[in-house]
Amino acid sequence: MAGTPKNRGREARKSQRGAEESPLVKWTLIAMALAFVLLFLVLPLANVFAQALAKGGRHALGALADPDTQAAIRLTLLVAAIAVPLNLVFGLAAAWAIAKFEFRGKSLLITLIDLPFSVSPVVAGLLFVILFGRQGYLGPWLDAHDLQILVAVPGIVLVTVFVTFPFVARELIPVMQAAGSEPEEAALTLGASGWQTFWHVTLPSVKWGLLYGVILCNARAMGEFGAVSVVSSHITGLTDTMPLRVEKLYQDYDLAAAFTVASLLALLALVTLGLKTLLEWQQARAYARAERSLNSPAP
Amino acid sequence: MSIELRQVTKQFGEAVVVNNVSFTVQEGELMALLGPSGGGKTTVLRMIAGLEIPTAGDLFIRGRRVNDIPVQRRNIGFVFQNYALFKSMTVFGNVAFGLKIRGWRRRDIAARVEELLQVFELSGLDKRYPHQLSGGQRQRVAIARALASKPSVLLLDEPFGAVDAKIRQELREWLVRLHHELNVTTIFVTHDQEEAMEVADRIVIFSRGKLEQVGTPREVYESPANEFVARFIGVMNVLDTEVRQGFARVQELEFPAPDRADGERLRIGFRPYAIQISTDLGQFRYRAVLRHTFFLGIMLRVELELASGLILRARITKEEYSRLGLAEDQQISFQISQYRVLGSESAPMPPEAAASYPPRPAIAENI
Repeated sequence: MAGTPKNRGREARKSQRGAEESPLVKWTLIAMALAFVLLFLVLPLANVFAQALAKGGRHALGALADPDTQAAIRLTLLVAAIAVPLNLVFGLAAAWAIAKFEFRGKSLLITLIDLPFSVSPVVAGLLFVILFGRQGYLGPWLDAHDLQILVAVPGIVLVTVFVTFPFVARELIPVMQAAGSEPEEAALTLGASGWQTFWHVTLPSVKWGLLYGVILCNARAMGEFGAVSVVSSHITGLTDTMPLRVEKLYQDYDLAAAFTVASLLALLALVTLGLKTLLEWQQARAYARAERSLNSPAP
Repeated sequence: MSIELRQVTKQFGEAVVVNNVSFTVQEGELMALLGPSGGGKTTVLRMIAGLEIPTAGDLFIRGRRVNDIPVQRRNIGFVFQNYALFKSMTVFGNVAFGLKIRGWRRRDIAARVEELLQVFELSGLDKRYPHQLSGGQRQRVAIARALASKPSVLLLDEPFGAVDAKIRQELREWLVRLHHELNVTTIFVTHDQEEAMEVADRIVIFSRGKLEQVGTPREVYESPANEFVARFIGVMNVLDTEVRQGFARVQELEFPAPDRADGERLRIGFRPYAIQISTDLGQFRYRAVLRHTFFLGIMLRVELELASGLILRARITKEEYSRLGLAEDQQISFQISQYRVLGSESAPMPPEAAASYPPRPAIAENI
């Protein structure tokens, strides 16, 4: 059987990669994936930009110049600028604790980290209303001290932190577990303090996971609608973030303006993803450079 | 004296991992911590480094009690089993790390790293990343990194565990040469008795957290302190015998035991080289058939099968083997010139053991 030329050819191909599928299966799968991405991701996104520019670039720019829209953009950037660094620190701490130590209640902690993923953002928003609202547990005390949490920036930041909490920790836990604690112990034996070890050894070893977590966290922080909607009360020019602004413009039948703000929001996400790709590419180039130096003759 | 452990104990929760261990390492010595896995030897090494804190007992480095000195200030070099190189740093960055941390000047760092890379045959590889190195190169980088700031002690955890057999042999010889050149007090952990015997000046043998013996390779081989050491180091024939009329007997073999009472059980051990073989069936007292031959370089190990089915391991040089014209399945005579009593038990045997004791087809245990 193995003697016929046809079979021999097939066996030779098999021996190259034992688990390789037939070309038909391979191309069908690739085509399906591409079609799906095109239909559900690329086309709608392109349409958003197309709609934004439907009435011309001047109109789009005018929509962005609207003071209420500007306020929404500023608020969104402010919220992300507070929430993302906070979650960077919390995520690092949580991932560190889970990856490096054994303690009671560890699995409970892991489950709790996932909680914001599993709870609907609206419920997350209501959670804070119950806590800080006028009829809530802390409401009277806050009123007495003249502190405004709900319908203000602090409330929006709090729900955003809540909703985006898992991103950094989730990305980091597997990376930190894979790295193990030996490189850190090695740094200690070489005289490094705990802080130096963290800065020179731990952080570089998780930087890609950390960066990816931060990018996802940021994208979600800027894009969150449900939870923010519950606590912000949609005060135009004051507590509207970009997603809320998009909805308001849309309901006011100002479609072009709605799509313009939506485009900007989408653009921010695309820029963050682009940044990530750029950084990965640079990393690959650094490796390639080192790889090339292998071929140069060693003295 | 460079390092001293005094009655050091380490517990993790309920488990006693290191149990009341005391030994000293001399300045400049190459010491092996040897034992089966789970014996506590790595924990001892980590305690010397300061990566673990003893539960009880005292630890001295160069006469100074270091129990409360953190790892950063113990001035030790530690080489991890999987090297634990910093992946995001080049070879230069790895070796220079400890020097940068200790605030060396840039020029001095460059000079020191260059010097180390030369010693470790890594010249020209300074810009490579760990993933671009071979296993042996990675290990040399790890050792160079550990030695960079001139520690008083070099500690290595299973230094040859992660490389394949051929490179392992080269690395052993290289480590001995390196130690000879640098003369830094070195302690390494291994579970491979051959490795310890070949490389170390002295060996500390552990089992289940307890220290069994400290001595030179020759001492632990020729005068093992107890049965565990005897069986762990080298090959040994171990026989369970019973004393009858002044002789410890098992099957057709008997060993003089004039002072022992009848019924006493003796565990007797002898090395393969203690057996002399002759093709003249009348020359020695016992008869056997030569069964299997294992080639071990210039030595051969042969299995002798006695009429009763008992199997013994003997050792013979290649020259002797061909001079005698030996072949497998050949009838030979032999004698046992040296043996040791490894243990005795005077209590009457439990019935089930007694029942199975002599009739069971006995094979001399061989570890």
